Amino acid sequence: MTPPHALPRWADVFVLPMINIVVALMVCGLIVLALGENPFVAIVVMLKGAFVYPGSLGYTLYYTTNFIFTGLAVAVASHAMMFNIGGEGQAYIGGLGAGLAALWLAPMLPLVLVIPIAILAAALFGAVWGLIPGYLQAYRGSQIVITTIMFNFIASAIMVWLLAGALMQPGQQSPQTPQLAVSGQMPKVHDLLNGLSLNVASSPLNLSFLLALAALAGFWFLIWKTRIGYEIRAVGQNPKAAHYAGINVPMVIVFALAVSGACAGLMATNEVLGVQHRVVLNFTSGYGFAGIAIALMGRNHPIGIFFASLLFGALYQGGAELDFEFQSITREIVLLIQGLIVLFSGALAYMFANPLARLLLRLKLIGGEA
Amino acid sequence: MQNILKIVIVGIFAMLSSVAWAEGFKPAVIYDMGGKFDKSFNEGVYNGIKRFEEETGVKVMDFEVTNETQREQAMQRMAKRGATVILGVGFAQADAINKVASEHPDKQFAIIDVNWLDQPNLRQYAFKEHEGSYLVGMAAALASKTGKVGFVGGMDIALIRAFACGYVQGVKKVNADMEVLQNMTGTTPAAWNNPGKGAELAQSQIDRGADVIYQAAGGTGIGVIRAAADAGKFSIGVDSNQNHLAPGSVLTSMLKRVDVAAYETMKDAMSGKFDTGVRSLGLAEAGVGWALDEHNAKLISDDMKAQIEAASADIVAGKITVHDYRSDSSCPN
Repeated sequence: MTPPHALPRWADVFVLPMINIVVALMVCGLIVLALGENPFVAIVVMLKGAFVYPGSLGYTLYYTTNFIFTGLAVAVASHAMMFNIGGEGQAYIGGLGAGLAALWLAPMLPLVLVIPIAILAAALFGAVWGLIPGYLQAYRGSQIVITTIMFNFIASAIMVWLLAGALMQPGQQSPQTPQLAVSGQMPKVHDLLNGLSLNVASSPLNLSFLLALAALAGFWFLIWKTRIGYEIRAVGQNPKAAHYAGINVPMVIVFALAVSGACAGLMATNEVLGVQHRVVLNFTSGYGFAGIAIALMGRNHPIGIFFASLLFGALYQGGAELDFEFQSITREIVLLIQGLIVLFSGALAYMFANPLARLLLRLKLIGGEA
Repeated sequence: MQNILKIVIVGIFAMLSSVAWAEGFKPAVIYDMGGKFDKSFNEGVYNGIKRFEEETGVKVMDFEVTNETQREQAMQRMAKRGATVILGVGFAQADAINKVASEHPDKQFAIIDVNWLDQPNLRQYAFKEHEGSYLVGMAAALASKTGKVGFVGGMDIALIRAFACGYVQGVKKVNADMEVLQNMTGTTPAAWNNPGKGAELAQSQIDRGADVIYQAAGGTGIGVIRAAADAGKFSIGVDSNQNHLAPGSVLTSMLKRVDVAAYETMKDAMSGKFDTGVRSLGLAEAGVGWALDEHNAKLISDDMKAQIEAASADIVAGKITVHDYRSDSSCPN
């Protein structure tokens, strides 16, 4: 999907996405107008709801954290030309790992030990859940799209069975584990900042956000600065050539899927350790699937994934504010607006590439033939 | 120009905020993921809220959550917006309401399907679904000609097992040899809204010989009702009175009056009669029951009606105790 007129990198990476978002917002504005609300008021509410109201930025960044992890999960696999749509299940199983580790260790050990172990457990459990479909693809030829989607169902079946059975908190009827002890809870950002006598409104934002940023950097390093990253990209470009060059293609695929699963599993650090403080039914809420759109919009690059995640986070949080503020804007309309923005900046990402290239040529901002 | 824009924006905000909430009483309801038009549990609450709004003219603020974290966020937002009474819908909101209620001791809270919390400003509604299910289980057994009846649940969680367990007890009361086929729809929340799968499960139970199928699966149940109607068999509705959905095929409905709970919460809060604690609503309190109306009058013979009503009276009088699956996580049958 490269535009016929080569756009300079700054136009491809910044101008084009901006045009897409503005067009999407204009279409959304028409819908809001049709509902009888003022689209400009709506956009102000949405922006304020995502960034300005007390605590709203925290909510936005909390959602962003989830999207970074699941976006990375899809991106790692994409570099090996593997379509991992099992982020949902990998995150779910990752939550089981984090939850089990924290439930077991938190009463005995201090926070500085429990949290790292729980993070590793989340990554490990997620990795295993990605590794199995990876193995089946690499050595048994089972299509990864099918197996990863099937593994989502297996994951949810296992989790319901455990949460409504062996792991269920006694004395109540909600399918969830008991609460994690304090040393198993990821510190919240507002608690830390209030400790420094800064007055910050409470929000679910926790230190997992820093872990997500570290994961972005780690992803960049892995894919572009290591030998195995090179091999992943080589396999993704052309598995036959990679094989001819002496790369162990099946092994690289299994590795890529394991890393992919680990990234998805880390999402559980935000949800389980950071916010819910227990494993609850369905804590993944579709973030795993949203990761596909994030990776697409972010062009499988860490900076792109960060901004795509931030956009999604702002849409989730700002969208909820729209729902609060307007009687006529329901959560279905919010979903529609979010969907339009994904449509324009994901699926129709290059719709304006040619017109933009011609415009830039005419303005003599780029060289080449018109 | 800029000033005009500012005035317009301020004006719109002022209008929005002054439309309804003129008095001090501000009610709010937080629907859960099913959404307020789920044809089932949440919609039952919505019907109660609607009745309250129509009778009193008071507008109730509402929000439908879309993910786990929004439950607490929505309650906090409602509290910040000046809500004086907040109603949570469903056990999934228990943790959130527990926390928010403790942070806002001056406000009133209520939640449906929860009885294990302890907050001085929280009213909890628990329904004895097993009692209502027992009665429709008897109806199923009395109507069955094949000696096999079915149950289709949404997800395999304690609440739904309580429906199934009460139903089985009712069936066995009539005929201890009768077989009850049981299926759950799925393992994700999508299981509450998958009529196609519901129809499939109902069909497979019919193929195995069941001729009456009870469903407790939210929107999925519509598929069960449809499949039973198409096959000329009986189904049993749940939560709301679903007899009208397929007259002649829906044998009866197990009523769970969440609408009454919602209406009562708002009404009590408005009139200052809001008391807290656990309200356990069973047959005796008319919180659950079975539906008999013009749509199924021909299906329920006088003998059936007499037997069911006798059992109902016995349960109310304490002569029959229906075992609640949730009390010990097991079912006697």
